[in-house]
Order: sequence, then C-alpha cells, then structure tokens
Amino acid sequence: MSAIIDVRNLTKTFGAFAAVKDVSFEVEAGGIFAFLGPNGAGKSTTIKMLTTVLRPTSGTIRIDGFDPVTQSHQVRRSFGIVFQDPSLDDMLTARENMDFHGVLYDISRAARRERIEQLLNFVELWDRRNSLVRDFSGGMKRRLEIARGLMHHPKIIFLDEPTLGLDPQTRNHMWQYLQELNAKNGTTVFFTTHYMEEAERIARRIAVIDRGTIIASGSADELKTQTKTESLEDAFLTLTGHSIREEEGTNLDRMRRIRGMMR
Amino acid sequence: MNAVYILWLRQFKRYIRSPARLVASLAQPMMFLIALGFGLGSIFARAGQGSYIQFLVPGIVAMSIIFSSIFSGMEMLWDRQFGFLKETLVAPVPRFAIMLGRVAGGATTAMIQGAIVLVISLAFGFRPNNWLVVPEALAVMLLISLLFSAFGMVVGSKMTDMQAFPLIMNFIVMPLFFLSGAMFPLRGLPKAMLVVATADPLSYGVDALRQLLIGTSHFGLPLDIAVLSGLTLALLFLGSYFFSRMEV
Ligand SMILES: Nc1ncnc2c1ncn2[C@@H]1O[C@H](COP(=O)(O)OP(=O)(O)OP(=O)(O)O)[C@@H](O)[C@H]1O
Ligand SMILES: [Mg+2]
Repeated sequence: MSAIIDVRNLTKTFGAFAAVKDVSFEVEAGGIFAFLGPNGAGKSTTIKMLTTVLRPTSGTIRIDGFDPVTQSHQVRRSFGIVFQDPSLDDMLTARENMDFHGVLYDISRAARRERIEQLLNFVELWDRRNSLVRDFSGGMKRRLEIARGLMHHPKIIFLDEPTLGLDPQTRNHMWQYLQELNAKNGTTVFFTTHYMEEAERIARRIAVIDRGTIIASGSADELKTQTKTESLEDAFLTLTGHSIREEEGTNLDRMRRIRGMMR
Repeated sequence: MNAVYILWLRQFKRYIRSPARLVASLAQPMMFLIALGFGLGSIFARAGQGSYIQFLVPGIVAMSIIFSSIFSGMEMLWDRQFGFLKETLVAPVPRFAIMLGRVAGGATTAMIQGAIVLVISLAFGFRPNNWLVVPEALAVMLLISLLFSAFGMVVGSKMTDMQAFPLIMNFIVMPLFFLSGAMFPLRGLPKAMLVVATADPLSYGVDALRQLLIGTSHFGLPLDIAVLSGLTLALLFLGSYFFSRMEV
C-alpha cells in the first residue's frame, strides 16, 4: 500500500492554543478518505497545512512524496481543493471564474471550453454562465466552487465540507462524479463532512478527529464494531461523546467550540 | 505567462466594472488642481517661478498614480477577506508570476487614472512643452505605476485586516506624496527637507514627468529612470518572497 498523503506528528498552535495536536495518518493512493470531527476539531486547519497555505508548527507532511513547506510548487501540482469558506471572485462571471482557474492550472483553451460547458451544465449553471457571481445565491456559489474544483484532474482532491448548503440532487450528483473520477483516474479523494450517512456511503476509510487529536480511524464498519453501534452517526457520537464532554470541558474548550461554530 | 495574463485580465475587468471607483478617484486630483492651481497660482507667479499649473500637473498626475496603485495593493485585503486569495495561493503558479500579474493589473489601472488626469488638466490650461514626448511621458507613468503597485502588493501581502489601511494611508502614502516635490520645487529647499525628498521614490517619478512635460528637472532623467526601475525590480522580488510566505 502506497500512501499518497503521509502525515506524521503534525501539530499546529495558534498562540497558546493547539488546534492540531500530534496528528498522524496515511491515505493510500486511489482511496476515498473522510476526515470527520465536531466543529472546531481541527479539520480545516489540517487541510490548510496539507495544501500549503498554512505552515505546521511541527511534524512532517508528504503529499505525493513532496513536502508542502519546502516543495510547495510540486505539492500544488498534485492536488485540487474545494475550500470550506467562499473563494470566488464575485466581480467576475461564473464562466470567468472557471476560466481563471483553468488558466492557472494550465489547461489548454480547447479543453477549458469543453470542460467549462460540461461542468457548468453539470451543476446547472450554464444558463447563468455570464452572470456576475455577486448575483448568485449561496447554493449557486457553492455549486460553482464544486464545478471549478473538478475542472482540472489532479492526483488528489480535497473537499472541505463540499456539500454544505447544497440541495440533495446536486449532492448526489457530485458524489457520483467523484466516485467515477476515483474509479477511472484513480484520483484520491479527501473530504470532510458533517453528514454521517454521506461519509458512511462514500468513504472507504475514515478518521475521526476531536479537539485536535485523532481518536479513531478505520472503515465505517470497523468504527461501528469498535463502538458497538448500528450507524456511523451513533459511532461518531459515542466517540466524540458530546454530553460527557460538556460537563468536563473547561471554559476555554467551550469558548473554542463556540468560536469554531461561528467561523 | 498565461497566468500573468489572466491575473492581469481579472484586475482589469474588476476595474472597468466599478465605474464608481473611477469617478471617485478622479475627485481628489481635480480638487488639488482647482484649489492649488488657481489658489496658489498667483503667488507662484509673483515669486518668479512661472505658471503653477504647468509645474503642478506632473505632480498631480503622479499623485493619482500613487493613490490608485496603493489602492490596488489594498485589494489584496479584499481578496483575503472574501476568500479569493486562497484560490490564487494554492495554484501551481510561481509566486513571481502571481506578483507580476497583480502588479501589471494594478499598474494598468493606475496608469489609466494618470492619463485621465493628464487629459483633464488640459482643461485647466496645462500644455506640455512638446507633444512629441507625450508617449515617453506615458512610459514614465507606467514605470511609476509599476513601482507603486509593486509597493502596494508588498504592503498588502503583509497586512491581514482592513484596520491597518488608514495607518498605511496616513503614515506612508500621504508622506510619500507630500514630501516628494509634487507640489513644490526641490531647488532652494531647506537641507533637511531636501534629504527627505531625495529619499522619497515618488520624487524621481515627479521629476521625470516634469523633465518630459515641462522641461525642468532636479535629478536628471537618467537618474530618475534608474531609481524607478531599480526599486521596481527590487520590490517585485520582495513581493514574490512575501507571497511565498503568505498564509490564509
Ligand atoms: N487563524 C487562526 N487563529 C486562531 N485560531 C484558529 C485559527 N484557525 C483556526 N483556529 C482554531 O482552531 C480550531 C480548529 O479550527 P478548524 O477550522 O480546523 O476546525 P474544523 O474542524 O474545520 O471545524 P468546522 O467543522 O467548524 O469547520 C478552532 O478552535 C479554531 O478557532
Ligand atoms: Mg472546517
């Protein structure tokens, strides 16, 4: 088994607060990996470090064999990402946003034209291709971001809560597309979600992170067996034990969780 | 190279899609032309310095360029706030290309602003000594635009929130403008003031424009060009280094 993502003892602190603590995990090439955890657990922070936009405090990361800190260019060539937060230029049209992306990722003009039409149709925005993103609804913006993220065909695709705010049709559509991409091109898929049934259905491996630490990993079945539960949702709740933690959580923990929810 | 082009194109499109910004940014130079050009004109003439409008216009053109350039650097904060910055940062594009594209975009809009001010100043009675050097003057305007757009990007890449914007304006941009000799001749200045003006890069931009448009110069055109291009290059490299260190 060759790991395309290899994380060892990864830590990230913001001031005195450790958002990610001594995290280690691997994702095999061609795998579909779900990174689960409550709000503020450290999922996005980890993804930012894997995708070169945040420097780790300590630990090592290898993405397709390269180090995001010292070999950021090679790392950037190997992945695509759909961020959790908005990342569109709202003074550009849908098509211009796509085209901008396509040029940055060095896709030929002909391929760009073809894929933009295909993907905008796919997320049902083709009719609105010449509208400024400013005038889009939240869900439409999200769909455009998904379409843009699928435009080039990297070895790894990171999706940070991609389905947040998407209608069920688009959600199913998107997973189907990703599964096809995974089967056909061997694209590794790394995603986070708060929809447990989604993770259970799509992911072949799962890691659960809570308060910056990975507390369990394995397939959905393994997690269910381990926690003696019937569904991944129950397994997740058992593992992250909300009610228990509320009692023993320090003030700081509570504040942190509230902050995490607001961002 | 395509990346540089698309980054440039994006900024240009944003510029032409916000006409309000264009109009607003012309108000200030107009005010300076009216208040100073007409207000101080007679004193300037009585002091035996000739026409103040002739003298002032290159300075005001430089002013509109520096303000517009800095503004495009501040757009980086906008991009950070609205998240678009991430899209550029994760792209497999050399940071120097990102810097170049953004600076080219900022400089293009700044230069257009400068050119518009130059045209408007004709209505205030400004006339270049020689119409044939206008293309050269435009080239110098482009150079000033590049320099201060690069400067704006360097500053913008170091800032993380809008709060710092008034600080930048009041403690960097305003002094750069007011101490540059944009509004007064450097000849005969008190020693300390001259030292400051000599250290101000905008002085060389204003000086080069005056040489070309009205035929007077303090430093001489070759030195002006050398300083402007040298600094631009240095800032381009500094900016791409800062880009490579940038986090979201
Ligand atoms: N730049 C920052 N400065 C300070 N604290 C930060 C910063 N970024 C993240 N944090 C903190 O790190 C913790 C983890 O945040 P992160 O965004 O990784 O959570 P998450 O698992 O993605 O949560 P969510 O499900 O809500 O997206 C949170 O407590 C958050 O407040
Ligand atoms: Mg998150």
